[in-house]
Amino acid sequence: MADLSSSHSPDGKRAQRPMSLFRNLPAKIASIPMILTALVVFVGGTAWTVVHSFTSSKLLPNTKFVGFDQYERLWTTRRWLVSIENLALYGMLSLIFTLVIGFTLAALLDRKIRGENVFRTIFLYPFALSFIVTGLAWQWILNPDLGIQHVVRGLGWESFTFNPLNDPDIVIYGILIAGLWQGTGLIMVIMLAGLRGIDEDIWKAARVDGIGTIKTYIVVIIPMMRPVFVTALVLIMSGIIKLYDLVVALTNGGPGIASEVPAKYVIQYMFRAQNLGQGFAASTMMLVSVAIILIPWAYLEFGGRKRG
Amino acid sequence: MNRLAKMLAGTFLAGAGTAHAADLEVTHWWTSGGEAAAVSEFAKAFNENTDHNWIDGAIAGSGGTARPIIISRIIGGDPMGATQLNHGRQAEELIEAGLLTDLTELAEQQGWKDIVNPPSLLEACTFEGRIYCVPVNIHSWQWMWLSHGAYDAAGIPVPSDWNAFIESAPKLQEAGIVPLAIGQQSWQQRGAFDVLSVAIAGVDAWRKVVVNRDVGAAMGPEYQNVFAAIETARQLAADSNVQDWNQATNMVITGKAGAQIMGDWAQGEFQIAEQVAGEDYTCLPGLGMNEVLDTGGDAFYFPVIDDPEVQKAQLELASTLISPDVQVAFNLKKGSLPVRGDIDLSAANDCMQKGLDILKAGGILPSGDMNLTPDTQTQIEDLMAEFWSTDMSAADAQAHYADLIRAAE
Repeated sequence: MADLSSSHSPDGKRAQRPMSLFRNLPAKIASIPMILTALVVFVGGTAWTVVHSFTSSKLLPNTKFVGFDQYERLWTTRRWLVSIENLALYGMLSLIFTLVIGFTLAALLDRKIRGENVFRTIFLYPFALSFIVTGLAWQWILNPDLGIQHVVRGLGWESFTFNPLNDPDIVIYGILIAGLWQGTGLIMVIMLAGLRGIDEDIWKAARVDGIGTIKTYIVVIIPMMRPVFVTALVLIMSGIIKLYDLVVALTNGGPGIASEVPAKYVIQYMFRAQNLGQGFAASTMMLVSVAIILIPWAYLEFGGRKRG
Repeated sequence: MNRLAKMLAGTFLAGAGTAHAADLEVTHWWTSGGEAAAVSEFAKAFNENTDHNWIDGAIAGSGGTARPIIISRIIGGDPMGATQLNHGRQAEELIEAGLLTDLTELAEQQGWKDIVNPPSLLEACTFEGRIYCVPVNIHSWQWMWLSHGAYDAAGIPVPSDWNAFIESAPKLQEAGIVPLAIGQQSWQQRGAFDVLSVAIAGVDAWRKVVVNRDVGAAMGPEYQNVFAAIETARQLAADSNVQDWNQATNMVITGKAGAQIMGDWAQGEFQIAEQVAGEDYTCLPGLGMNEVLDTGGDAFYFPVIDDPEVQKAQLELASTLISPDVQVAFNLKKGSLPVRGDIDLSAANDCMQKGLDILKAGGILPSGDMNLTPDTQTQIEDLMAEFWSTDMSAADAQAHYADLIRAAE
């Protein structure tokens, strides 16, 4: 914060402007490798992928251009449509629930409870596990013969049925449960850090004004935590788009194609089906969907700040 | 001093001796019990008969998991010494890119053309007149494995073909036995479909569709029967909730399921469980309807490596793999048929003898791997995965299938 305000001070700005390219020269030289990496690997690689998505590349990339054929095929493929549907559903629910659960847990921990460290560790612990381990663990938990269903039936509720992984209609919710279990801990910790950054005086002022605790959170605290929410949002969304290993470990896309996701389609068609063009077309569509979400947001976020 | 010099000379000599040995990393996806036992025969023969060392690079999971890893290693410039792949169109582009070793000279020297039977196996290794792989076994999909234990429990005789099996299914279900075991993986579901199409539509219709890509035949009445049959099979397999093929085979071995449609590699599992063909289980080639076998199989490819030691080791491994003793030892463990027509397999069991007889009689189909690109096969797998897990109708599935055949290259 201090940095920002000093660079915005009128005197500093006027004095430094002509030299701005050479300001902090060592720092700029030091960041050249990263800039090059970003340009060559990310931008260059992305451009190469997009270009080759218009070719008939099979196992090895070629440059026989076929127009939009790959995209036409992509959008008439049932498996891709199912993947998109799944990702949209998973994405929406995961976004909402991760934020709500993450914030609620953080707020509860922030009430100066006893044993905060213990609870924080418990909630954050799943995040230390990889998606593969999470997937395997939940495969057992959700297995009707070993997990929840078995335990509940053992307690005497004989007709209890909870078998999401083998039911095409609800399998995506099984994946969602495992994803939430793994991911909310991190969001909770970030939210908790944000809550700790709120000045104690705000709470005192709210109390003096007689605003209730929950209302204070919603009306005062959450708007103040905007940067924290943005960070959490970016983390959650990137996790959603690249959803892959959890599905592989938990269901491998099954039953049938009921829990397929776009990233899996890309991998499958690029390497297994030896059809790079199709895989590139699918990954380009993933990029486009990210861009559709990200560009308006970036415009609002950064465009807004400049004006202010 | 003298002693030291001698010691030095000794180590030098020893060093010179081992300079000819190379460590050859061999990747493959043979990891189930019977498969692992078979591949260790290769390793044993290679370690004992040559100076080189077999470094085992088994990749767990099915070929679908292993192939991308293998191919990306070859393309990515980290090639292994040798690798298993199914021959056919999978390696075409790797050969075109010059990434695989040309074995033609060795093949001519040893006369592979005369010893490999059926010749289609070597043809599948041949690209523009040059040979790029060593076929090691013949695997055929067209088998149904029936559990005597299950049929005894239901008190009915073991059926002798697919139609009789369908009729026997209700009795099995009454006895609490799952009639048909199938793993919930798309390659198994596609395999069962392929087998049923040869058995029910007949070889001619199958050839029209898969080899000539005749869309009309794919929509025709023969294939309508095929799709009706997999719809029935889907009902019979409704309670089979295992994943891996060997778990499904295990259901047959333990009598929990009546039958499984699976390639002859299932035989290795029966052997490990010490079951005897004809007594504990019955095998029906071509589901007892059409006794033809496809001649897919495994082959070894040797990526180009710029190191004369390794190249020598690669060629020695190639000739080891196809040598008569190794062929017998390997295929007996694997349950597959040898690629050489000139070796004695009297030690083979009932089922393998059936297979050998069919091969001798010329009941041979080219395998799907040789006819359809991996791209088309993946699309068919996706279709089958959807069909087997939902209540998609047979007519819809047939229409989708015809579309895929139309788009196939």
